[in-house]
Amino acid sequence: MSMWQGELERIDAFRWRIPKGYKAGMRVDGVIYADEEMVKDIRSDRAPEQVANVAFLPGIVKHSLAMPDIHWGYGFPIGGVAATDIDSGGVVSPGGVGFDINCGVRLIKTNLKEGDVRPKLKDLVYALYNDIPAGVGSKGDIRISGAEERKLLVDGARWVVDHGYGRQEDLEYTEDHGAIKGADPDAVSARAYERGKNQSGTLGSGNHFIEVQAIDEIYEKETADIFGLEAGQVTIMIHSGSRGLGYQICDEYSKDMIQCLSKYGINVPDRQLASAPVNSPEGKAYLGAMKCAANYAWANRQCLMHLTRSAFEKVFNMGPKDLGMDLVYDVAHNIAKVERHTVDGKEKTLCVHRKGATRAFPPGHPELPARYRKTGQPVIIPGDMGRNSYLLTGTEGAKETFYSTCHGAGRLMSRSAAISACRGRSISRELETKGIMVMSSSRDTLAEEAPEAYKDVNEVVGVVDGAGISKRVCRMRPLGVIKG
Amino acid sequence: MVKSNHMERYEQFPHTADIGVRVYGKDMKELFENAAFAMFDIIADLQGIDAPITKNFTLDAPDHEQLLVVWLDELLYNFYTKSIIFSRFEVKELTDGCIKATASGRPVGENRNRLKTEIKAATYHGLKIEKTDSGYKVEIVFDI
Repeated sequence: MSMWQGELERIDAFRWRIPKGYKAGMRVDGVIYADEEMVKDIRSDRAPEQVANVAFLPGIVKHSLAMPDIHWGYGFPIGGVAATDIDSGGVVSPGGVGFDINCGVRLIKTNLKEGDVRPKLKDLVYALYNDIPAGVGSKGDIRISGAEERKLLVDGARWVVDHGYGRQEDLEYTEDHGAIKGADPDAVSARAYERGKNQSGTLGSGNHFIEVQAIDEIYEKETADIFGLEAGQVTIMIHSGSRGLGYQICDEYSKDMIQCLSKYGINVPDRQLASAPVNSPEGKAYLGAMKCAANYAWANRQCLMHLTRSAFEKVFNMGPKDLGMDLVYDVAHNIAKVERHTVDGKEKTLCVHRKGATRAFPPGHPELPARYRKTGQPVIIPGDMGRNSYLLTGTEGAKETFYSTCHGAGRLMSRSAAISACRGRSISRELETKGIMVMSSSRDTLAEEAPEAYKDVNEVVGVVDGAGISKRVCRMRPLGVIKG
Repeated sequence: MVKSNHMERYEQFPHTADIGVRVYGKDMKELFENAAFAMFDIIADLQGIDAPITKNFTLDAPDHEQLLVVWLDELLYNFYTKSIIFSRFEVKELTDGCIKATASGRPVGENRNRLKTEIKAATYHGLKIEKTDSGYKVEIVFDI
């Protein structure tokens, strides 16, 4: 891949600007969060060009933003954040959310210590691998009829909990309580229903995973205490999304919105940025359908958590109370949200696209659960399967990013390059020597997801913490990983 | 260039997050056939797989690029909902806005172990069909 040669001005140690003048048609500057070292990697693919392209969107306010885990996507870069002013013709773009609508991650704590899990790690990883459907075309055991699926698309994780797969308090600690309001099941096509029907409670493939981990570093003791977390404690991360239902919705609305470009006089340099005004019939229909997919994803992660809890109960022969597998939080990192923000001193209603970016509300935000009002929103940042993951919190400093931050490590190598780099090696054996047990339905997946294919999450988190748009609370280290 | 496949029908090019393919065809019909082949060659191991089931497709779209994505996504939809691994493609008619084609394949069934990669969709990112000295080429990014 050739290096991106465009203009990138250093603002400070953690911020870089692509000036509005870089490309005719940009309405605002692009701003990338990165340190000096990272900028070299960021220039190595076409992600910065995509940051500039997003700046073309009608109604975009402040900046076209990119988090330090930025990499080349389609349309929007992965790690991109863009907010449009709804009352000034601001648009919504399905490509600004992505195919995997409400791809996201949840963090579960346990009463177990690393020493409790080590002797049974093999049994645990096998149990999770056997009990949780994963891989290409996998089907779930939690079956839902057509009429019930419509209810699930509106009620999200609540539907799952009401059917016995979880606890009421799980909902309190899920973004939007596991169901965003305004979902419109009539905006979802028969085909999308069909693709989603058998996939509830399936992990998916690619970078989706379930990881058993141990906390190895605490940065903010007071906050960690409120979250009920301490060093050596075992936690679990679940990363999955809306499966075929979301893919089909994005696919259909992206196609339809190509026609909206001429209808509404929208000029964008890439068809994958097809969009429509939020207040147009097309924009409203997309958001109604997108919310259904978002709710499906929350329901799906709730199902996956239920299966995970059951596997732990079986392997450790312990009841739920003793295991203490409470949900710390669940965040979406591919979504568009209608939110109120202050822009140039004025309160505005914005459509905030977060594509590979996480909402990070500051302390005191009214939408946070009462217990987290003082800490700010928990932000869950999975890394690669060989290094670390993080728990952060939102800060007031994230005002400049519409309260958004990074979402993960961010890819460094293409999948084919990762497979070439791993030829003749056994990634699972390499990880085993580091004390990490990994299982996947596909050997290629392990190579594609090899730690070296990713940026170092420690550096990514260093940038968002350094820039003041979120704060480190604790760091985790993987013990066992199930990959799709 | 990273990886050539099956007599230059297509090759993969590096894309950080997803999979990019550069597809060739001596004419537009063959370009559409080879694009479909490339997609299923990524999804599954097609070596030696037979294709007893044939399905007919008639699809339309405003231009060739959009038609290509519509064609690929239609096949993907059929793969996920009808569980068929397609491996042979024949484009019977192709005009500016319409394609008539057949795709043949085999049920996933006992071929589950052939499945490799979950493709979510074909994207429009940078999609442009180009004329070359020997026919046509196009670069497609698949979200995986």
